[in-house]
Amino acid sequence: MNKIFAIAGVVIKELYRRKDFYVLFVLTALITLLLGSVNFFNDDRIARYLKEICLLLIWISALVIAITTTARQIPAERENRTIFPLLAKPVTRLEVIIGKFLGCWLAVGLALVVFYLFFGVISGSREHAWPVLKYFQALWLQWTMLAVVIALVVFGSVLFTSPAENVTICFFAVLGILLLGGHLNTAALGQKEPLRAMFYTLYYLIPHLEWFDVRDIVIYDWPLIPWLDCLLATAYAAVYVVLFVFAAWVVFRRKVLTT
Amino acid sequence: MKASRGILILLLLLAVAFSLATVLQLRTPRWTRRSASDSVLALVFGESRQLFANHFFVKADISFHSGYYPSMFDQARQAEENDNDVSHPGEEEAPKPESGFLGPPTDWIDRFGRHFRPVLHVHLQGGNIREILPWLRISAELDPHRVEAYTVASYWMRKHLGKVDEAQQFLREGLRANPDSYELLFELGSLYYDNRHDAGRARNVWLAALRLWQKQEPGKSQPDNLALDQIAVHLAHLEEQEGNLDRAVEYFEMAKRVSPDPPQLQRQIDEIKQRQPRAGSLSPR
Repeated sequence: MNKIFAIAGVVIKELYRRKDFYVLFVLTALITLLLGSVNFFNDDRIARYLKEICLLLIWISALVIAITTTARQIPAERENRTIFPLLAKPVTRLEVIIGKFLGCWLAVGLALVVFYLFFGVISGSREHAWPVLKYFQALWLQWTMLAVVIALVVFGSVLFTSPAENVTICFFAVLGILLLGGHLNTAALGQKEPLRAMFYTLYYLIPHLEWFDVRDIVIYDWPLIPWLDCLLATAYAAVYVVLFVFAAWVVFRRKVLTT
Repeated sequence: MKASRGILILLLLLAVAFSLATVLQLRTPRWTRRSASDSVLALVFGESRQLFANHFFVKADISFHSGYYPSMFDQARQAEENDNDVSHPGEEEAPKPESGFLGPPTDWIDRFGRHFRPVLHVHLQGGNIREILPWLRISAELDPHRVEAYTVASYWMRKHLGKVDEAQQFLREGLRANPDSYELLFELGSLYYDNRHDAGRARNVWLAALRLWQKQEPGKSQPDNLALDQIAVHLAHLEEQEGNLDRAVEYFEMAKRVSPDPPQLQRQIDEIKQRQPRAGSLSPR
């Protein structure tokens, strides 16, 4: 376990040494503050448009950070040939995969905490209310969703030859699931066989990441999601994480690392 | 020496760029046929503004429903966009579990997924109505000819938020961009009548709206009869309040021709006629 945490620690250090997070955070803050300064009919209690835009930017930024950070982990180790000294130590390939996954997930979690703190301050300053539990649920569910995304990208990084290829494919896959995943069943109903069966198979196979997007609950002040549902959603995501990490390990353990 | 020459060249280039900018600034609007008053949004989005304006108007309706809205993949979306509730302010209803566009869950994924999204049909109430205003403002900024954005925003501001001055100013902005809009004039008249209690000015504005309607609509295959009904009925009530019963009857008759409920208007006409002094009787003028 210590070896996994050691590898994860290196990934976390990499995130705060690189500029990606800072740039995205400053951009998010800048756009939100700029829009917050706009005067709509002399009413300074209007908050939901700001919450909506800020959360959208947080979602985009978190996805960018998660996918780009994860996609370069293993290819960079191979390119710099640091993978060899790493594997020369008593570290298994499974530990490398889990360490990389865990590092990226924790790093993105740290970034999310900063983003949500900013969101909380902005939202609280407008609404004069602090629904901390709701923000925690939103953060937790988004972080859980990102675990699936990161595991998918780790799998992609041992499957595809270049990080750019991996980033592009994963971005499209994740956006596709977020936008269309929940509607595949409705789309299937309008199709004839065998297309209908294909749509349904895809519908049941893909991880339903759209569940974890609870922005509307936060923006429009709906009541808290039952904690049991959050737990079940977390377990659902955990299954996909294990599946993708395992698949990544299966491919990685037989991979010839010399180029 | 080399460094100072470099700085001098840089300064010279800056001076040339500045001079060119001052000359070109005056000429470019003529080349692009763009008026100097065009906003930054107009500059950035061009004609695609109208598309975005529609998107933001729909956002106002989504906000009005607190996020409970058909997605672009639901069949109900088109119907909801065409007949959005934010434009029908009179219809207020209590929250109810929705079996509408969502329908019953088709499978366990669908059923479980509904725990993470709004599933109740609600409308914003009280001061929360203010949350729709930014979207309407942006929609109007993007497409100043979207009259509905002005009228809807004005209605909610003056009726529910007590922002009469802001509503009037926004309507004036709308009228500057759409001087021939009877809808805007009707809403402005309502503001004068309901909020300013200025019947004289309301009458003038509503009469202007009526004239515009009569100029624009009768030739159309599907004239906007609802607007005529509203203008005429409001004018009728105003005249009734002012004691001009003959004119009130005239306007009610006008409204009756296009109203979806003529018997109701006929009853009002009958009531007024009963109150009218009989011909030949002495009446103070």
